[in-house]
Amino acid sequence: MAEVSCRKVIKEYDAGVQAVKGIDLDIADHEFVVLVGPSGCGKSTTLRMIAGLEEVTSGEIWIDGDVVNDVPPRDRDIAMVFQNYALYPHMSVFDNMAFGLKLRKFPKQEISRRVDEAARILDITPLLDRKPRALSGGQRQRVAMGRAIVRNPKVFLFDEPLSNLDAKLRVQMRTEIKKVHQTVRTTTVYVTHDQIEAMTLADRVVVMNGGNIEQVGAPQELYHRPATRFVAGFIGSPAMNFLPCRVQDGANGGLAVRVTDSIMLPIPPNRADRYGKFKDRSMVLGLRPEHLFEYHDQAKPGWTRVELPVDVVEPMGMETMVHFFVDGVPVCARVDPATHAEPNEMLPLTADLNQMHLMEPETGRVV
Amino acid sequence: MSATVSERRIAVAAQRKHSLHRSRMWALWGSYIALSVFVVMFLVPPFYTLMTSLKSSAEISAQTGSPWLVHHPTLENFWYLITYPNFQRYYLNSVIVTILTVAVSMVISVLAAFSLSRMGFWGSQTLSTGVFLTYLVPPSLLFIPLFQIIGQLGLINNFWCLVLLYPTLAVPFCTWIMIGYFSSIPKELDEAALIDGAGYLQMLWKIFIPVAMPGIIAATIFAFTVSWGAFLYPLAYLYTSNQMVLTVGIISDLIRGDVFQWGKIMAACLLASLPPIVIYAFLMDYYVAGLTAGATKG
Repeated sequence: MAEVSCRKVIKEYDAGVQAVKGIDLDIADHEFVVLVGPSGCGKSTTLRMIAGLEEVTSGEIWIDGDVVNDVPPRDRDIAMVFQNYALYPHMSVFDNMAFGLKLRKFPKQEISRRVDEAARILDITPLLDRKPRALSGGQRQRVAMGRAIVRNPKVFLFDEPLSNLDAKLRVQMRTEIKKVHQTVRTTTVYVTHDQIEAMTLADRVVVMNGGNIEQVGAPQELYHRPATRFVAGFIGSPAMNFLPCRVQDGANGGLAVRVTDSIMLPIPPNRADRYGKFKDRSMVLGLRPEHLFEYHDQAKPGWTRVELPVDVVEPMGMETMVHFFVDGVPVCARVDPATHAEPNEMLPLTADLNQMHLMEPETGRVV
Repeated sequence: MSATVSERRIAVAAQRKHSLHRSRMWALWGSYIALSVFVVMFLVPPFYTLMTSLKSSAEISAQTGSPWLVHHPTLENFWYLITYPNFQRYYLNSVIVTILTVAVSMVISVLAAFSLSRMGFWGSQTLSTGVFLTYLVPPSLLFIPLFQIIGQLGLINNFWCLVLLYPTLAVPFCTWIMIGYFSSIPKELDEAALIDGAGYLQMLWKIFIPVAMPGIIAATIFAFTVSWGAFLYPLAYLYTSNQMVLTVGIISDLIRGDVFQWGKIMAACLLASLPPIVIYAFLMDYYVAGLTAGATKG
């Protein structure tokens, strides 16, 4: 069993700067957990504390039921894949992968067997005699993963492994990593700033911001039920639209959200109880671009027609992103590519308010 | 009208190219001339040495004809030295002292550089700067107080005192080069090795030394040069022939009273220069690469 836990972990540097402000996290055996967040949120620091490369200022790190704060990295039975691969430049691919096993005095046959097995899983068997400088970026990253796999550790740690690769290669390697996890079901902690990687790879996503955990949950839960404005705006690409608004009495007896004098969006009845207590308060309306689309005559419950002045049109092939300004606030809608949209024209749209989110502007809490 | 405008534009562009070309020619010629001056300056003494070493004593003292040409070349100077037991002794002493100095200096420098650049203990930054600053103290000042110390150790007139002293000349600079070189190795390599299970010494031996090999070769060549060509310390501390190294042995043995045996002296200089020449010829590329690579990150 290889669970990983962080209990009230704090990392403070000399100047009183706290990179990690007391986080609690439990990772189950075989789970693939992604720590995601903007630069400086403390995700890499947390990973390095789990690895033992950084000292924990206070709190406890548990691996497999033991407190490992004072255990050196080599004895924690972990393996790490770095952002810039950290391959030993003077050794061949085989020796790079075998290095850890040689240090631990594994017999030659066992080393050979493990390296060949890992090379087979990662499809790098023809590269075993090459030196790192003769490999492409994707190949190097696979060797780095191979070095981790042969160790057969309790936990895999990935520190932004795809950040140095070009976009196409990143997509390809993402699938490879997911396949490897399906084959070698080791507990994995994966750090990235790319929320798409987080959504596609994780069993659970931990969104971090400014040294704190904002929300932990399965990718779909974070997408549909974000707990804070930060998570709502971070998950999903393009980002959610945020519009200052007011909850008021609507036209047909229900509640409505007033964005501007001309834009009043009726709240679906099943949410009236939830939002009722925020009547006449300034709130923030959150609506994803994919829930703001071209106008259809067939209305469904919760759908409302709204017209907005077009600012910029971005055809993406599969869809078209249309950008608007509402009272100076940028808004983005995802429409069918067949929709005709011209700058400085009014475009009729449907807002699917079943997918709306309402947030308190002061705390960012989603209500 | 557009034809003349474009014609004028072409003419202006051509003139600019012409003046750029011209200033480049001037710069090129200027540097060739300056370099030629330097080449002549540096190659003239060795050339003169070679010429003189091929002359017999008679021809040297005759002083007729051009001193730059050999009229009756002879190898008797070289032959004399090769069969001369004292000279053989000097060569042997130089080789022993140099090999030991290089070994001691490199061991100290590599270990010191590794700990100063990687093990980030309190005061390591000050210590690194301090190590380099000791290099700035001139040996010509130090040899007087060192005389007392060597005397107390009973090593005056014993070439083993050089094995003790030469590292003080080589270690500061070698450590400084190695610190620069080690610092340019990315820290993730350490961390990967730590996680793979390497201790500090294993990291040094299996990873740092192989990766930093050009820098190590450069530092080794420097230590070799310093110790092979050192003159002041052996002059101050060695008196009897059987203890002397090449640098002092040549001048004390081949200058008898006020008689300078120039032919033999020049031949001895050439023979003494052979090891550095051979080493530089084969390892020059490494030397330059090692110095510059360390310097950019240093």
